[in-house]
Amino acid sequence: MASDIKAQVSRAKREDKIATGILMAIVAFIFILLAALIVYIIASGAQKAFDPSFLTGKPEQFKEGGGIGPELFNSFYLLVLTMIISVPLSLGAAIYLVEYAPGNRVTHIIKTVIEVLSSLPSIVVGLFGFLLFVIYFGWGFSIISGAFALTIFNIPLLVRVIQQALESVPTTQRDAGLALGLTRWETTIHILLPTAMPAIITGIILSAGRVFGEAAALIYTAGQSAPMLDFTCLDFSSPTCPWNIFRPAETLAVHIWKINSEGVVPDLAAISNGTAAVLMICVLLFNLIARFVGKRVGKKLVAE
Amino acid sequence: MKSLQKHQLERVGKSLTGFCIAVVILVVGSLVVMVAQRGLSAFAVDGVDLWGFLSGVTWNPHQPDASGAPTVGALPMIFGSFAVTLLSCLFVIPFALGSAIYTVEVNPKFGNTVFRPALELLVGIPSVVFGLVGLTIVVPWIRGWSGGTGYGILAGSLVLAVMVLPTVTSLIIDALNAVPAAYRMSSSALGGTRWQNTWHIVLKAATPGILTAIILGMARAFGEALAVQMVIGNAATIPDSLVSPAATLTSVLTTSMGNEAMGTVYNDVLWSLALILLLMSLVFILIVHIIGNRSEVKHG
Repeated sequence: MASDIKAQVSRAKREDKIATGILMAIVAFIFILLAALIVYIIASGAQKAFDPSFLTGKPEQFKEGGGIGPELFNSFYLLVLTMIISVPLSLGAAIYLVEYAPGNRVTHIIKTVIEVLSSLPSIVVGLFGFLLFVIYFGWGFSIISGAFALTIFNIPLLVRVIQQALESVPTTQRDAGLALGLTRWETTIHILLPTAMPAIITGIILSAGRVFGEAAALIYTAGQSAPMLDFTCLDFSSPTCPWNIFRPAETLAVHIWKINSEGVVPDLAAISNGTAAVLMICVLLFNLIARFVGKRVGKKLVAE
Repeated sequence: MKSLQKHQLERVGKSLTGFCIAVVILVVGSLVVMVAQRGLSAFAVDGVDLWGFLSGVTWNPHQPDASGAPTVGALPMIFGSFAVTLLSCLFVIPFALGSAIYTVEVNPKFGNTVFRPALELLVGIPSVVFGLVGLTIVVPWIRGWSGGTGYGILAGSLVLAVMVLPTVTSLIIDALNAVPAAYRMSSSALGGTRWQNTWHIVLKAATPGILTAIILGMARAFGEALAVQMVIGNAATIPDSLVSPAATLTSVLTTSMGNEAMGTVYNDVLWSLALILLLMSLVFILIVHIIGNRSEVKHG
């Protein structure tokens, strides 16, 4: 009897050791995979990615030696426009949900709607953008169509991040503001938003990284062509004017997809690896900045 | 006077934020209505047979079939989408579950300081970059041992598996963290080893959360377009093996939508494919809600 229990205990202990070993192996595997992925992407494109003539050059369709100048500019321009539209909208929506929305059926429906939007495939968002902005509004394949499509893509993530940030502010702060005779709006602007700001900013920058790499929502909205840009041009209706929001604008992510699906550029591998490395470095930078800025803003707003 | 101003200020704030919410709801509403309207016009206007569309195995909209109707069997794409989704989940589950258990139960400090940030990094990698890696590494590797082109459902699932891994893993980590510590302590007090606690108590208690994580991962895999399109081979037939070229709903939409003029039958059936994608993402959300409601009923 006693030996029976002993055998059982030692078996349980052995199983525990084996299971822990397997778990460690899985984690190690994921780590090696992630490290290998990032090193591979950056290393295979590093030569191009740090070559100024590649970063500023004109893309070539049939010849070797094309660059990604317009694509690089388009990616950042589109990102800035998207953020200008989507941040205020998401901020307003999240504040309404957390501070004003009564806990009833209507709120429930609103939350479900945002959940549905977050689960929609980005290609469907892109096709809707194509239908509404490109065709019905007649904006054509343009930066503005792309920026609105990316806004739809970005809203659910941003609303969720801001909502969580606002909800994690202690209720006592909210009550204290209201008790002092502030309105809900004043409480939100002067107390809740500053407290939640570090988390909100981190969320915004992380979502920027996601927007920066998105391609499926853009191929039928911002288009797949990148006219060469003339930075001295100030005619806002000219297709070569970089600031013209009604010109087609292929981004870095779309460029990778497009040259690979067409497959006619002779130095296809070099260009797509280089572009992927640039994209990857930008996304890593967004990630680092998000961490750094979040901490800094947090210290500044809370400590003093 | 002062109080009136406050009253007005409050009204301004409320209508400003309410306006934002209204815009979001309007956008989602018109998205669903417009995609549904375009997607249904293939059946309502062009007279495509719904059952023939869902069960037909030949996709060749430019070629009329024997009865003169366009040949639009979407089953190969529907099959392809489900196949890559299920297979990629099969690949992901052991890794996501294993690493989540490790970070929550075995080494939480490592989990919070190292593993979580690493997962966030993995989430940030753009999907076209995954597609490119699939094209330059996974496809040649499969080609090497299978003898085919290397494109196909297997390549698509492997790429998707790496893509959805971080999403599923962090959701499972949340689910495990939500299990009350008292459960683990009582099991330990009864003499359970860490693995026994995990296997018999924590995983059972966290099952609804784990299922939700897997469903949300599937939703993401089902809707992913470019990464899959780059490695699937784009042949709209039901493949005879996992390593022969196939197609998914998203891959056909990506490659064909730009070539077909608005209002043609071909264009209309493409919108029907988009409508299937939309409906499937609603189904995934519905399943998540059912799981949530059930576990609520069970645990009070």
